[in-house]
Amino acid sequence: MLRKRELNFWERIYLPEIIRGVAITSRHFFVNLFFHSAHRLGLFKGKLAAVTFQYPEQTRPLASRSRTRHRLTVREEGTPRCVGCMLCETVCPAKCITIVAGEHPDPNVEKYPVRFDIDLGVCVYCGYCVEVCPEDAIRMDTEILDIAAYSRDAMKLDLHELMDPKLRKPVAECKLKFPHQCKIHGNQTRGSWKAVYGEQTCAAGSLEPQD
Amino acid sequence: MPTLTIDGKPVTVPEGTTVIQAAEKLGIFVPRYCYHPGLSVAGNCRICLVEVAKSPKLQIACNTPAAEGMVVLTRGAKVEEGRQAVLEFLLINHPLDCPVCDQSGECDLQNFYMTYGLYDPRFKEQKVKKAKAVAIGPKVMLDAERCILCSRCVRFTDEVTKTGEFGIFNRGDRSQIGLYPGKTLDNPYSGNVVDICPVGALTDRDFRFKARVWYLSTAPSVCGGCSRGCNVDLHYVLDRPHLAQGARVMRLKPRFNPDVNRWWMCDEGRYGYKFMDQKRLTRVTHRGSESTWEEALTALAGWLARAREEGRLDQVGVIPSARLTTEELFLIRKLFQEALGLKNCLLDLPPKDGTSDGFLIQADKNPNTMGAALLDLSPSPQPSPIKGEGGGAGDGLSILQKALDGQLKALWIFGHDLVGLLGEEKTAQLAKQLELLVYQGSNENPTARHAHWVLPGAVYVEKDGTFVNCQGRVQRVGKAFKPLPGARPEAEFLVELAKRLEIQVQGRTPEELFAWLAREVPAFAGLTYEKLGWQGMAVNLSSSSRKRGSPIESGMTNP
Ligand code: SF4
Ligand code: SF4
Ligand code: SF4
Ligand code: SF4
Ligand code: FES
Repeated sequence: MLRKRELNFWERIYLPEIIRGVAITSRHFFVNLFFHSAHRLGLFKGKLAAVTFQYPEQTRPLASRSRTRHRLTVREEGTPRCVGCMLCETVCPAKCITIVAGEHPDPNVEKYPVRFDIDLGVCVYCGYCVEVCPEDAIRMDTEILDIAAYSRDAMKLDLHELMDPKLRKPVAECKLKFPHQCKIHGNQTRGSWKAVYGEQTCAAGSLEPQD
Repeated sequence: MPTLTIDGKPVTVPEGTTVIQAAEKLGIFVPRYCYHPGLSVAGNCRICLVEVAKSPKLQIACNTPAAEGMVVLTRGAKVEEGRQAVLEFLLINHPLDCPVCDQSGECDLQNFYMTYGLYDPRFKEQKVKKAKAVAIGPKVMLDAERCILCSRCVRFTDEVTKTGEFGIFNRGDRSQIGLYPGKTLDNPYSGNVVDICPVGALTDRDFRFKARVWYLSTAPSVCGGCSRGCNVDLHYVLDRPHLAQGARVMRLKPRFNPDVNRWWMCDEGRYGYKFMDQKRLTRVTHRGSESTWEEALTALAGWLARAREEGRLDQVGVIPSARLTTEELFLIRKLFQEALGLKNCLLDLPPKDGTSDGFLIQADKNPNTMGAALLDLSPSPQPSPIKGEGGGAGDGLSILQKALDGQLKALWIFGHDLVGLLGEEKTAQLAKQLELLVYQGSNENPTARHAHWVLPGAVYVEKDGTFVNCQGRVQRVGKAFKPLPGARPEAEFLVELAKRLEIQVQGRTPEELFAWLAREVPAFAGLTYEKLGWQGMAVNLSSSSRKRGSPIESGMTNP
C-alpha cells in the first residue's frame, strides 16, 4: 500500500503550489501556441506542436507487428485460401471463430470453408489464429481498429467482410461466387463452383455425400 | 507354452503366439500399421520392429513367434532408430496434408511420428502424385497418396467380407491401392475399412469434414439397428451447434466385443444414427394443439382411473415396441399387464423385415425383440412377419384388429407406425372411433399426426437401459447425453403415471428398474449394471424356453 506522504510546510500553505501548477499549464499553452502559429507561417515544421493525434483524420502509425482486424487471404480465382482445417477454431481461446467446412472440387485443395465467422465482440486479439494457420490464410494486418457497432450481431464478421476488409456493415451485396452460407441472404447456401471454374472443370457434383 | 521376457518382464503364452500378442498381454504397446488382431498377418509395414537378443537384426513383432527363453526389447536406441528409418520411408511420398485430412488427430502416422519421427527430413526430391479424393463407394473416399500400403483393407475385403474389392497395383514407389476394374466398394460392411485404415487414405464420406476428431466426445453404447446389438462408441459434439446442422451425434464406431461383433459393424447400423437428431418430437400435443406433460399426465391417469372404476380396462390396448429398453418393457408389463390387468398388452406387431447374412446383420431390425420375449410381452422371439408365409395378418395384429373391430376404446402405441401397417384411411378411422389414441415415441411418424395425445420420448442413447440381443446377451446402452428439451424418457413418464394411479413401483432410474427386473424375472436373476459392464452378459436362457441365436462367425459366409 502506498502510504500518504506528509505535506511539508510550503505545500500546506497551498498558494505556492497553485501558482506552480498555473505556471506549468501556461507554459504548455504558450509553447504550443507559438509552435502552432509558427507552423501556420511555415516555420519549425520539424518540431511537433502538441502530442495529440487528430483522430480520426490523422491516424497514429502502427507498429508493423500490431494485430488489427482479421482478414482471410484470397486465391486468384476469388476463393479463400483457407482450407477449413479448423485449427484456428480449435486454438481460439475466446471460442469466437465458427467454421463449417465443405468439399472443394479440386482434389488438391479438397476442403474449404462454407461458413467462416469471427465474432469480434468476443475476440481478444491474441493472434493465435494467425499463428496456427498452416496456409497463411488468416492475417491480422488490415490496420482497421475501429470496430464499434450498435449491436452485438454487427460485431460478427462473415466470409464477405473477412475476404474483403474494405466492406463495412451493413454489407448490401454478395460478390462471392463459390458455394457458401450467405449471411446477407438469410444464411442460405448460395453460389456454385461452376461460376468460379466454368463448366467442365467442376466435378463437385459427384462429391455430394450419399445418405 | 513358451516363456519369454519382454522389456524385463516374463510372460508365458500359448504355442504359436506372436511377440506383439505376448507384449499386448503384458500391456506393452508395440506400434503397428499392418497388424490387426482381426486379420491375417502381413508383416509388410515394419514399424513394429523390436530387438531380440542374439538376433543380429531387428525383428518384426507381429510375425515373430514367441519362443522359449526369448529376450525381447520393445524400446531402446536401436529399436527407435529402426522405427525412425521406417517412418522416413513411409513419408517419402506422403502428401502431408494433415490440415485437410479427416484422419488427423487419430492418425497413427502422426502418432508414431511424434515419438519416433525424424524431425529434420532429408527427402528433397519430387513426390509421386497419385489420385486424391476418389469416391470408391457410396460410403468411402480414397486418397491414394496418403496410403502407406499396409494392406489391411485388402485383407479385410478378402478375409472378412470375402468380396475382394481392393488390390495393390503397380510396383515400387508407384504401388497404389485401388479397386479391381469394374468394382465399387459397396459391400454391407464397407465402413469398416475406414476404421482399420491406420492413416487418412480411406475416409468416411458421411463424416468427412463434419467435424474435427478432437471435437468429439465418446460414449459407449450399442447399435440399435438390428437384433445383433453390435457394441459401438457413439461420437458426439454438444458444444458446437454450427457443425452438421446442429446434430449431436457425428458418427458411430464399432467397439470390440469378442462375442458379438468383434471389431466390426455393418453400414446400415453405422449410418443409421441420424434418427437421434432428425425429425424428433419435442412437444406434447393434444389433438394437434400444444399441451404440457402435466396436462397429459392428468388426462391419461384420469382416463385410466375411470376405466378401472367402471371395469372397462379390457377395452384398453397397449402395444409396446421392441425398440424400447428392457427396463421400459418391464415397467410396461408391471404397470399395464400386472397392476391394471390389461389383457391387450402385447408386442404383436411384425418386426421390420430385412435379411440376415449369417455374419452380423440380422433380419429382425429391432434391437430388443429378445428382451420383449423374455418378459413375455411378445408371442415368440421372432414374431411371424405380417406378409410372410404361414401366420396371416390376423394373428400378427390381434390388438389392432380388435381396435378396428370396435372392441377397444383406447390404444397406447409406443413408436410404431400404424399408417405404414394399416394405411392412412384405416388409421384415420381408428383415431375417430377410439376415445383415446396415445402415441409415445421419439421420432415423428405419420401415426403421430392421427394420435390424440403425442408424448415425445427419448432415443435410447439419451436414457440408459439394456437391450437383449439375438444371442440372448444383455447389453447396456448407456446414456450419452440428456434428451432434447421437451422430450422425456418413456420410463420417467410411466413411473409418474403409476404414481397417479397409486400403483407401487420399485425404482425410477433405469438402474433401479433393472434391479427390480433382476429380482422378478428368472432369466435376469443375479445381473446388475455393474456385472454387465460394457461388454454385456448372457441371460440365463435355460430358465425360459427361448432359443439362442447363432454365435458370431469370423466373417461373412456367403457374400
Ligand atoms: S485473435 Fe485470438 S481470440 Fe481473436 S479470433 Fe484469433 S484466436 Fe480467436
Ligand atoms: S487455420 Fe487457416 S486454413 Fe485452417 S481454418 Fe483457420 S484460417 Fe482456415
Ligand atoms: S494420413 Fe495422417 S499423416 Fe497423412 S495427411 Fe492424414 S493425418 Fe496427416
Ligand atoms: S488404404 Fe489404408 S488400409 Fe488400405 S493399404 Fe492403404 S493405408 Fe492400408
Ligand atoms: S505391424 Fe508388424 S510389420 Fe506391420
